[in-house]
Amino acid sequence: MFRRNFVSILNCQSVLREEGCPVVMIKAILIFNNHGKPRLSKFYERYSEDTQQQIIRETFHLVSKRDENVCNFLEGGMLIGGADNKLIYRHYATLYFVFCVDSSESELGILDLIQVFVETLDKCFENVCELDLIFHVDKVHNILAEMVMGGMVLETNMNEIVTQIDAQSKMEKSEQRSRWTSLSSLRLCGLFARAIQH
Amino acid sequence: MALKIVKGSIDRMFDKNLQDLVRGIRNHKEDEAKYISQCIDEIKQELKQDNIAVKANAVIKLAYLQMLGYDISWAAFNIIEVMSSSKFTFKRIGYLTASQCFYEGTDVIMLTTNQIRKDLSSPNQYDTGVALTGLSCFVTPDLARDLANDIMTLMSHTKPYIRKKAVLIMYKVFLKYPESLRPAFPRLKEKLEDPDSGVQSAAVNVICELARRNPKNYLSLAPLFFKLMTSSTNNWVLIKIIKLFGALTPLEPRLGKKLIEPLTNLIHSTSAMSLLYECVNTVIAVLISLSTGMPNHSASIQLCVQKLRILIEDSDQNLKYLGLLAMSKILKTHPKSVQSHKDLILQCLDDKDESIRLRALDLLYGMVSKKNLMEIVKKLMIHVDKAEGTTYRDELLTKIIDICSQSNYQYITNFEWYISILVELTRLEGTRHGHLIAAQMLDVAIRVKAIRAFAVSQMAMLLDNGHLLAGNMQRNGICEVLYAAAWICGEFSEYLQEPNQTLEAMLKSKVTTLPGHIQAVYVQNAAKLYASVLQQNEQAGDKEAAQEITQMLIDKLPQFVQNADLEVQERASCILQLIKYIQKLQAKDVPVAEEVMALFAGELNPVAPKAQKKVPLPDGLDLDAWINDAPSESSSDDENPKKMIFHEEEQRNVRHRRPEIDEDELARRREVRKQEQANNPFYIKSSPSSQKNYQDASGVDHIPVVQIDLTVPLRVPGMPLSDQYLKLEEERRQQQKQDRQKKKKKQKKDKSKRRHDSLHTESDEDITPVHHVDIITEEMPENALPSDDDDKDPNDPYKALDIDLDKPLTDNEKLPARTHRVTEKKAPEVEAASVEDKSKKPKKAKKDKDKKKDKEKKKGKEKVSKKHKSSENTEHEHDAPKEEIVAPAAQEEENEKPTGGASDMDFWLSPAPIQSKLQQEPLRNEVASEPPETLKENDKKEDTKSSKHKKKKHKEKSKEEKKSKKKKHHSDEEAPESVQNGSLEDEPLPPMSNYCLLAEDAYIKMMYDVQGNLQDGSQVVVSVIFENQSSGYLKSMEFNVLDSLNTKLVRPEGSSIHDGLPVPFQLPPGVSNEARFVFTVESIVMPQKLKGTLTFIVKTDDGSSHEKLDFKLHFTCTSYMITTPCYSDAFAKLLESGELKMCSMKVDGINISFQLLLARICFHHHFSVVERINSCASMYSRSIQGHHMCLLVKMGDSSVSVDGKCSDSSLLGNLLDELKQTLTETC
Repeated sequence: MFRRNFVSILNCQSVLREEGCPVVMIKAILIFNNHGKPRLSKFYERYSEDTQQQIIRETFHLVSKRDENVCNFLEGGMLIGGADNKLIYRHYATLYFVFCVDSSESELGILDLIQVFVETLDKCFENVCELDLIFHVDKVHNILAEMVMGGMVLETNMNEIVTQIDAQSKMEKSEQRSRWTSLSSLRLCGLFARAIQH
Repeated sequence: MALKIVKGSIDRMFDKNLQDLVRGIRNHKEDEAKYISQCIDEIKQELKQDNIAVKANAVIKLAYLQMLGYDISWAAFNIIEVMSSSKFTFKRIGYLTASQCFYEGTDVIMLTTNQIRKDLSSPNQYDTGVALTGLSCFVTPDLARDLANDIMTLMSHTKPYIRKKAVLIMYKVFLKYPESLRPAFPRLKEKLEDPDSGVQSAAVNVICELARRNPKNYLSLAPLFFKLMTSSTNNWVLIKIIKLFGALTPLEPRLGKKLIEPLTNLIHSTSAMSLLYECVNTVIAVLISLSTGMPNHSASIQLCVQKLRILIEDSDQNLKYLGLLAMSKILKTHPKSVQSHKDLILQCLDDKDESIRLRALDLLYGMVSKKNLMEIVKKLMIHVDKAEGTTYRDELLTKIIDICSQSNYQYITNFEWYISILVELTRLEGTRHGHLIAAQMLDVAIRVKAIRAFAVSQMAMLLDNGHLLAGNMQRNGICEVLYAAAWICGEFSEYLQEPNQTLEAMLKSKVTTLPGHIQAVYVQNAAKLYASVLQQNEQAGDKEAAQEITQMLIDKLPQFVQNADLEVQERASCILQLIKYIQKLQAKDVPVAEEVMALFAGELNPVAPKAQKKVPLPDGLDLDAWINDAPSESSSDDENPKKMIFHEEEQRNVRHRRPEIDEDELARRREVRKQEQANNPFYIKSSPSSQKNYQDASGVDHIPVVQIDLTVPLRVPGMPLSDQYLKLEEERRQQQKQDRQKKKKKQKKDKSKRRHDSLHTESDEDITPVHHVDIITEEMPENALPSDDDDKDPNDPYKALDIDLDKPLTDNEKLPARTHRVTEKKAPEVEAASVEDKSKKPKKAKKDKDKKKDKEKKKGKEKVSKKHKSSENTEHEHDAPKEEIVAPAAQEEENEKPTGGASDMDFWLSPAPIQSKLQQEPLRNEVASEPPETLKENDKKEDTKSSKHKKKKHKEKSKEEKKSKKKKHHSDEEAPESVQNGSLEDEPLPPMSNYCLLAEDAYIKMMYDVQGNLQDGSQVVVSVIFENQSSGYLKSMEFNVLDSLNTKLVRPEGSSIHDGLPVPFQLPPGVSNEARFVFTVESIVMPQKLKGTLTFIVKTDDGSSHEKLDFKLHFTCTSYMITTPCYSDAFAKLLESGELKMCSMKVDGINISFQLLLARICFHHHFSVVERINSCASMYSRSIQGHHMCLLVKMGDSSVSVDGKCSDSSLLGNLLDELKQTLTETC
């Protein structure tokens, strides 16, 4: 679904994909749709739930009123950090991906990072669309955790991220299988038998 | 197939999973809140079940609800349960949810410590990874302290996946637990050369982030980073490093010179915009740091500006934005080169993108000159009118004010124009910067005397139209302007054309709707105005008018007396009473105007904003000390009731007595007060020319006031006032120009060339200001303290990480190993044990290991990867006894630092000719540790002959040193005072110890040393070595001191000041061990003695007995000093600053070598040598409270003279006394 929009906005050479390399101090990562509904929120600084919602609303308000062909950097978020911070965002189809970062960080780097994030999502969900994010927010979190850790960039090489995610889901699957057997062994025995009879 | 369906349905029957929840929420759009609360009830049920799968399912649903804004902290305990599941799937859910909602205040978080530790050491790398990821989000100081050691072990994990996570999380650990930085740093540094690029860049990331906050501690890493910069191909590592260099260069200008070439090369060669951009940024930083005396870098600046212009002209808005951002950095130091691109920047002001407009606005700040200020501001005013959002409009407003007021209104040639701009700005609705405009109005009116008449007329107009502005009542709204208007009209009322009218305007009933603080000003200034009206009337002999105006005030003021605001109420009723009194006098035909005027006589001068802070603390002022004797506790309890009875009576007496004070007494008091005021820097003295007597004020007469008021009507409909000024100004300049040209024609000298010049740049100097601007400077107290750290935020979390990393590790700096909860008092058992039983095991093993390591190091330089593997292995061996893990690291650092650290840095940085190098070289940083020997000196001379072989030889030498040191290290271990061993590695020096005897009896011997705490300016750490001299077993030792007001033992919370501290170990016969006690001190300028007692139980074969040993702890001034390296230039600056007090002393009969002498001073008194020339050396140290202490030590024939300078004279005096004692004692 996003693929159409994948033409890089930047005309500069994308350097992120070469190797893994942490870049920034990230305060928060938000994904919301064109109506401001949050699809993912990850805060690397402590805010109360109410403040978090306010931040999401404010960020949506700031970002959504901007034209398509203006720059992807935005200052002036009041709630999150104030003057030292910047919002760096990208808009793909129905979703906004917003990173709130330290002012001293490489802006172009973050833009590339967002691109890598989206491409990774696309690969893990096979043609990702908003619904994927809606129903599998946990998986999105897991993918993000392989890229950004505690507000610092951990890995930017998409292949490496995908490898780790795959390995983890394999583990998950094998555990589910064993879980199933353990479940069926107990209280489920009767239920299971009845279902088979049907 | 069928089975699968069944499985699914059974799962679903069991519980609603995340997908169901999401679906449900989407299906209940109307009553979402109700549906969710229902779901939460279900979740609560699920959490009660035993099945972990059900719980995990509930928890992941909670994580989703958290995103929607629901507080889920009530489930914290269940989250921890899920975290501790053995299944990866559930564990991951647990950690994810925890990372979303746990924070430092979560109380159950301490329960996680052991679980996390278990997961960190799990054989499954993903368990570890998930734990690290989770921990990175909710690490607390406690977790950081308890887990630092485990994470450090993980930094050498076999899997790069874990290594990079561990490296990255160390940053968070450092932030929460700064003590871990020094022990962990060597290994972190090692990771810079990790074979895995991910780990490497994680390390670069962490170190760069650390260095960005406290750059000076990381200067010594510059050579390493430089190597990485020239060798790395990873653009992102490059960007990080280049950014780091940007932070380092201001501290070390030589570094900048070295960088500029490779960076310009990169700029020319790279195709990656992001890298190019960062390079430009750093070159700018370098140029800024070099900005003085480096004329030949104009080429680089040109290159940067050119590249930036390309970025700005790019169609990509992002690049345009960044180009402008970088441009603003150049602007600060090289405004000229940016100004030539004014066209481009003005163009950006019209961009449709707000972010870009804002950046362009920033740039405008530096673009203005006297010539174009009006023009630019006009343009901005147009933008103000057009702007839609209030944010952008407010930004414009502040920028206009910034631009105009910058560097003391340097560019304003016509203040009437500026006032009218400010007045025009008041028409903005909904701005939040009313107070800014008000502040400007006040500032200009006060400081530019010539403008007062005009300002007052404008302000009177504002007051007349006050109702227009009063619409916006919120705080900081535009109504704030009225505050300024009222004050200016009142204060400078003599300029008012129609004071009666203004006075009426100020007393309108509408005024009562204004915010309280503005009304208060209204009332006060109405009184001022009244005074001046009264005077006018009286001078004119118009009694009726005078009485009329008095009556008006009496009529109008009561509306303020009833005001809700206390301030207004108070002022109004006070003034009302005063005026009623005046009315009485007027009725008796007494002239009162003079006396009423006297109420407001005297001029208020502006005071600099930092004036208060700059007032030096008078000597001997201690605000915490009791003024009278401290009341004894018992007496106050007993006598209180009695006192209460008398108290009232006394008060009554006082009241009676008051009027009895006779006139003489009053006069005397007044005199005393005047005296006091004369000496008091806080008191703003009235200037000799009181403003009320303006007739003779010299300022006004010689100022050529432009006749604007006469020629042009003040308001032309349809055209803003400021535009008229613009027009006028243009005409005026035209006139000036013509005049000048006429002159030139007359002169007929080198005509063509001159002409060209004047066309090219009509320099600022050519434009003469309309007014002679007489800006009154802001007042500062006399002998104000010059200080640069005014803006430092004491709460900066990174301040704690300001830790010297080059200093060798001391014994006490270890990461807390498992089981020990009380870290502060933890004694270095291993070290002590090995000292005591020399024959015992670890020694040989250690030696072997060291040898092995040494070998590896030699090899490893070429083959990094190989070395890594093997060192990893050895480190795993070390892991077994936890304490040991740090010891090798510490040793390693001890070995590497003195050579690899500062001196290497100098070596690497100095491209200068040999001679200058030789001067800089000796003893820069670590001099405390290496007094030069002649042999070495020779070595160096040889070295420098062939500059190509420099590095190689240096390395060899350091290796040799290492070897010799190693030998020494072992021999030294016999002495118990291994604390500063590492810093004294030169052979001829005898072993020295700072430990001195505290007390001794038949059972126990106590030695102690006092050292300042690096992290806390008000703490010192007393290390006491307890040695059991008896044949019995010593236990239950309790250490107690009698606190003084100044120095207090830090006891655990909840214990009283009489409780002793238990010594955290027991002593078998013949064994010694060390414990540390922390004391807080307030003043450090005097030495102190504290009495104390050690109680303990001696257990022998024939029973046990209670024993007690008294001692006296001596806190010398020396113990408050901390060895701090200092560069000679910084040292010179310090001496030049002239804020240090001087004191000197001389000691005769000294016959030790100068080198030994210096070493003694360094060691015993915690100094470092800044520079040494022959038998003369300058030394530096700092106290824990930041006093600088400089010494100049000169050695004559068997005598030593020491000149000291310090910001505190008593500290200096005491320290010199101590120094004298050491020198006489030892020689």
